[in-house]
Amino acid sequence: MVNPHDHRPGDPHSLHPPGVEERSFTRLAGVALVELANVSNSYGATPALTNVSLKIWPGQFMAIVGPNGGGKTTLLRTILGMVSTTTGQVLLRGREAKRSALQRIGYVPQLETIDWNFPITVEEVISMGFFVKSRWFGGIGEKEKRKLQEIMKRLNLDGLGARHIRELSGGQQQAVFIGRALLGDPELILLDEPASGLDIRSRDDVIHFLHEINHEGVAIVLTAHDLNWVAAHLPWAVCLNHRLIAEGRPHEIFNADVLKEVYSGELVVMHQDGMVMIGERPHAPHN
Amino acid sequence: MSLLVPFEYEFFRNGFIAAVVIGALCGFIGVYVVLRRMSYIGHGLSHAIFGGAVLSYVLNINFFIGGGLWALLAGVLIHWISHRRWVGADAAIGVVTTSSFALGVAIISTHRTFTRNIEAALFGNILGITGTDVWIVVLVSLIVSCALFLIRRPLLFATFDPEVASAYGVSTGKIDLLFIILLAATVLASTQILGVTLVAAAMIIPPVIARYLTQRFQTLLIVSPLLGAFCGGAGMFLSFSFDISSAATIVLTSAALFFLLELMLIARSAKITATHY
Repeated sequence: MVNPHDHRPGDPHSLHPPGVEERSFTRLAGVALVELANVSNSYGATPALTNVSLKIWPGQFMAIVGPNGGGKTTLLRTILGMVSTTTGQVLLRGREAKRSALQRIGYVPQLETIDWNFPITVEEVISMGFFVKSRWFGGIGEKEKRKLQEIMKRLNLDGLGARHIRELSGGQQQAVFIGRALLGDPELILLDEPASGLDIRSRDDVIHFLHEINHEGVAIVLTAHDLNWVAAHLPWAVCLNHRLIAEGRPHEIFNADVLKEVYSGELVVMHQDGMVMIGERPHAPHN
Repeated sequence: MSLLVPFEYEFFRNGFIAAVVIGALCGFIGVYVVLRRMSYIGHGLSHAIFGGAVLSYVLNINFFIGGGLWALLAGVLIHWISHRRWVGADAAIGVVTTSSFALGVAIISTHRTFTRNIEAALFGNILGITGTDVWIVVLVSLIVSCALFLIRRPLLFATFDPEVASAYGVSTGKIDLLFIILLAATVLASTQILGVTLVAAAMIIPPVIARYLTQRFQTLLIVSPLLGAFCGGAGMFLSFSFDISSAATIVLTSAALFFLLELMLIARSAKITATHY
């Protein structure tokens, strides 16, 4: 397993795959933003996470990959305190997680969980992010309105504020929820399958937004299914199937042995021009 | 008949004000009821209040005090049972409200002296509303509306995206409990006017009509109460003109609006289809 602390800026063995600009998150490191120490939990009798230890550093950009039901979403929900731990600890900046500390964590849920018939506009959804700072009775003043417009402009959503969320493209819909997360000035954003169900162009837009945000020092952790997308765009990956199987640079850890352990199936791993590509091995034809 | 003629009668003036105010309040809180998919709860709570109303009558307690405490208890019980996650909210509503209604029926069967009051509780008695009742209705409406306005942001977040809302620090449990208390107060104030059997319609039909007219949440919060108030007022006039039960006419007015809109939409989509082929 590669330790991000071992990385030196300018190292030819960069943490980042070719084509991804190198940024050193280690320079900000000291205390991890989030630390999961031997965390286990379950849904009734069904285990979700088993003895998972993981650190998320300031400014880190990380993908969590693994099979359906392998605990990816549970991992995010555990960090957010939405799922409790049966054993182990979740530490935020070295301290036991408290609700006030969670305020600096933004969360972008899977688009599939959104009720797209809910009568709500783009601006109304993004404004929900203000709740993190002004709770309960606070209103939205001029300063907040300016910030809202700024974020909408950055996410290429200006002029779309009055539109219903269903009327946007997949990439724009994802941007709306990223915008909501950004409004709380987070130091970490957790995204649950932000590329799921999006076409190549929309996925490209989303990763472009995320890189921009990450360049401003915001740590990003996302879950994903597409290993090639992760290998092409993300500097760090975690393979999870209830337990943490591997962690490191995608082109180093995405190999046949690791992937077999993660997905319980044969995958073809190819290296081309410094890039790693993963394909499915076709089944033998039935006679 | 001049539109002002009915206003010469005090019973109509009181009933009109109460119907408009309650229509607006039900239209307002109804937006959240419909979007939280809790349509059944309005119906259930009003049935629960029936038990409280009967008990208040037997014990000679003011309806608003007895019924209010009963509604609060029913609301808290529903909230408590449904949040234990062993049974769904629909089952919790079913258990609490039908038992309360059954209690009312059981008490009636042993005291056969107040059939008229029970009829009023079941079907409403808007024309029997006194000046004091109007003030109570206005006061309850003001309190509920102000509370809803104050918690509008966490309530919207918890309604739209409850899981994420809790991750962002919204106390969804507290918000749900507060909402159910406000709902119980609304149902209580409305029961005397619309009756146990028709309260739910006043909370559901106006927001459903408003949903056809706007896709913006903030606009919905304005259009739905206006529709509720309009149906309350128009229903009172029609009731006076045709000598039909006021509560039923109010609900039928909103139902007529709903079906009219539905027909217009069907006609429009048929026209669009015809243009395309």
